[in-house]
Amino acid sequence: MHKQTREPLVHIVKRDSLPWYRAWAIRAVAIVLALLLCAIVTTLCTGENPLQVYATILRGAVGTRRKVWILLQDLAILLCISLAVTPAFKMRFWNIGAEGQTLAGALASAACMLLLGDRLPNGVLLALICLAGIAAGAIWGVIPAVFKARWNTNETLFTLMMNYVAAQIVAYYVIVWESPKGSGNVGIINPTTEAGWFPQIGGNKYLLSVLVAAALTIFVYFYLNYSKHGYEIAVVGESERTARYVGIKVERVVIRTMLLSGALCGLAGVLLVAGTNHTINSTLAGGQGFTAVMVSWLAKFNPIAMIFTSLLLVFMSRGASEVSTVFGLNQSFSSILTGIIIFFIIGCEFFISYKLSFRKSGRKEGDAANA
Amino acid sequence: MKKLIALLLALVLVFALCACGNGGKTDEPAGSAGETDAADTADFKVGFICLHDENSTYDLNFINAAKAACEDLGVDYVIRTNIDETEACYDAAAELADAGCNVVFADSFGHEDFLIQAAKEFPDVQFCHSTGTKAHTEGLDNYHNAFASIYEGRYLAGIAAGLKLNEMIEAGDFTADEAKIGYVGAYTYAEVISGYTAFFLGARSVCPTATMEVTFTGSWYDEAAEKEAANKLINDGCKLISQHADSMGAPTACEAAGVPNVSYNGSTIEACPNTFIVSSRIDWAPYYKYVITSVMNGEGIDVDWTGDLATGSVVLTDVNEQVAAEGTIAAIEEAKAALEAGTVHVFDTAAFTVDGVTLDSYEADVDTDPDYTPDTEVVSDGYFHESESRSAPYFDLRIDGITLLDEQY
Repeated sequence: MHKQTREPLVHIVKRDSLPWYRAWAIRAVAIVLALLLCAIVTTLCTGENPLQVYATILRGAVGTRRKVWILLQDLAILLCISLAVTPAFKMRFWNIGAEGQTLAGALASAACMLLLGDRLPNGVLLALICLAGIAAGAIWGVIPAVFKARWNTNETLFTLMMNYVAAQIVAYYVIVWESPKGSGNVGIINPTTEAGWFPQIGGNKYLLSVLVAAALTIFVYFYLNYSKHGYEIAVVGESERTARYVGIKVERVVIRTMLLSGALCGLAGVLLVAGTNHTINSTLAGGQGFTAVMVSWLAKFNPIAMIFTSLLLVFMSRGASEVSTVFGLNQSFSSILTGIIIFFIIGCEFFISYKLSFRKSGRKEGDAANA
Repeated sequence: MKKLIALLLALVLVFALCACGNGGKTDEPAGSAGETDAADTADFKVGFICLHDENSTYDLNFINAAKAACEDLGVDYVIRTNIDETEACYDAAAELADAGCNVVFADSFGHEDFLIQAAKEFPDVQFCHSTGTKAHTEGLDNYHNAFASIYEGRYLAGIAAGLKLNEMIEAGDFTADEAKIGYVGAYTYAEVISGYTAFFLGARSVCPTATMEVTFTGSWYDEAAEKEAANKLINDGCKLISQHADSMGAPTACEAAGVPNVSYNGSTIEACPNTFIVSSRIDWAPYYKYVITSVMNGEGIDVDWTGDLATGSVVLTDVNEQVAAEGTIAAIEEAKAALEAGTVHVFDTAAFTVDGVTLDSYEADVDTDPDYTPDTEVVSDGYFHESESRSAPYFDLRIDGITLLDEQY
């Protein structure tokens, strides 16, 4: 095939699809390499023993029963938000407004708890909180979708800006609802009556979020893979023109999908306020709306794979906080480690799709550089 | 493929060796603190929950005190940083209790509700919350509040500010009527109002023509907003700036503009050598020591503890004599002695008016409730009794001479 002129030392060749075990072997190697680089960085920067740092991360994430539950709950919330953005992503609609949509849901829940807390029976109130939170998230999500469908505005910028609008509205209401006056702090809502608090399942305060996330994972998996809507989303994502050609109403799919995306974010907001925190502030979503983008991408929009990618990120961040406590290191150090690991994981996808062919002297040995 | 695996294995071995070889040298600051001098300190453990980390002057002040107190007493301690004012605070408190802490301290106002939640669940662990307001009404045996009479520190710092204004007036920089102070506050919260009013009264006690403008940022930590607020005040004709917010925003703005600054929470002399005068701060170490030794000895702790000048809880940093007016140190010492002796009161009703009227009675909202119902008479014997009915400040009057530029926060 090649001319016998100067062949470059390395060239990149697209692979045929790899068998699953080899793809996973590449990923495993990437993680091992990432851990090794982390170890070098740890030793060089801090003089700590990297093995002890890893052990501490492990202990911080799953060291006690309570830590396991907290890990599962954090995982559940991140997974919910990641699942929420996924239908939009699969449609190639870059919804980076999950933060704002979650906050909108959280704000609506908090409003119901504060304003209707002692006026309605708790069952009705809880139903209302869910409805209001989901609706608020859906509205926050559908606004950019309508603009996109009607006037083809840039959804990335639009959804991003909506985050700041939501955060400022929440900040405004925090001042309205603050207690005591001037403190900039809402505090726990309805601490004595517990009105609008989701009941604990079997005395476990963390379980509810986990169950909701599990149900959502299954729902989104089937929705994307086995429903007509899911198929339409995939077609619109692959090629809008094909979608139009086969008679799919692209605008309708865009709006419908963002309604769903926003609604699921709103549900995460409901869980955050009525389920776990029972308070509201503008940082309640804690950047998870953005982390969710990474979770979804890393998992290639596969809801089941997202369980693992979100677990990885939550595991690292929980471990990170333990590392900063035990070794007296700044929390940023753990972000560096997480960054290295994610870099390798994303990077290894390249080696799953492509292979490097090295120039050979004479003999054929094409398989030499798989990873 | 084989080559590659061999290479990887070799790498793994090398790094594993590196890793193991380094094993002996690690030190754990949190664990190694327990140089126990008595048997009962051996298994005594203290937990601290901080809103941010060392990068916030506010949290740094707590962290330094925590380390100092625990190392002095030789007890084991754990410091958890970057704990939000959400369920995360409850989780952190519960984890610390799980880990065997006998006492858990938290440093931020918004931690209070979540700490109370943990206190109810762990009756054998003492939970102590700085700056909170609810302990005296909550009725829990193991939940406590603490604060310090920092308004006295602000008053003393105000004297340094007033003397600096006098010096600038004498030097002909501006006339006596133009002696305007600027103040960057976080929120219109009683703690802030009490602080800037005390500071202003201190300044006016030596510079009678002083006036003050206050602006609020709506955040305890927002470097850009604090810098902008300080610049706004400077452009407004303020000759000296002080602040009650936790970033370096206002001090660095002052340094850039060459305007003297009275700081808070700690010295800013390194970043601002040409404008820093003095800083007041709360030293939490005396409180931490008091609580830890009490619990160790099986004694009760005050439900609501107020530190003051005498307990060493209210302190001033060294005066920067490059910037401060002559005689500042002596004047501060004199006023401090008078405050401690009780011959001078910061909120002496003869020293200020509200809407032109001298105060002879005021009901403050001491018992926290959603409607801020005034419930306690706090004016008697000719002065406003700040931090006596409860440790957290409740002076929230707008006195004459201070102009609030905005009040939306």
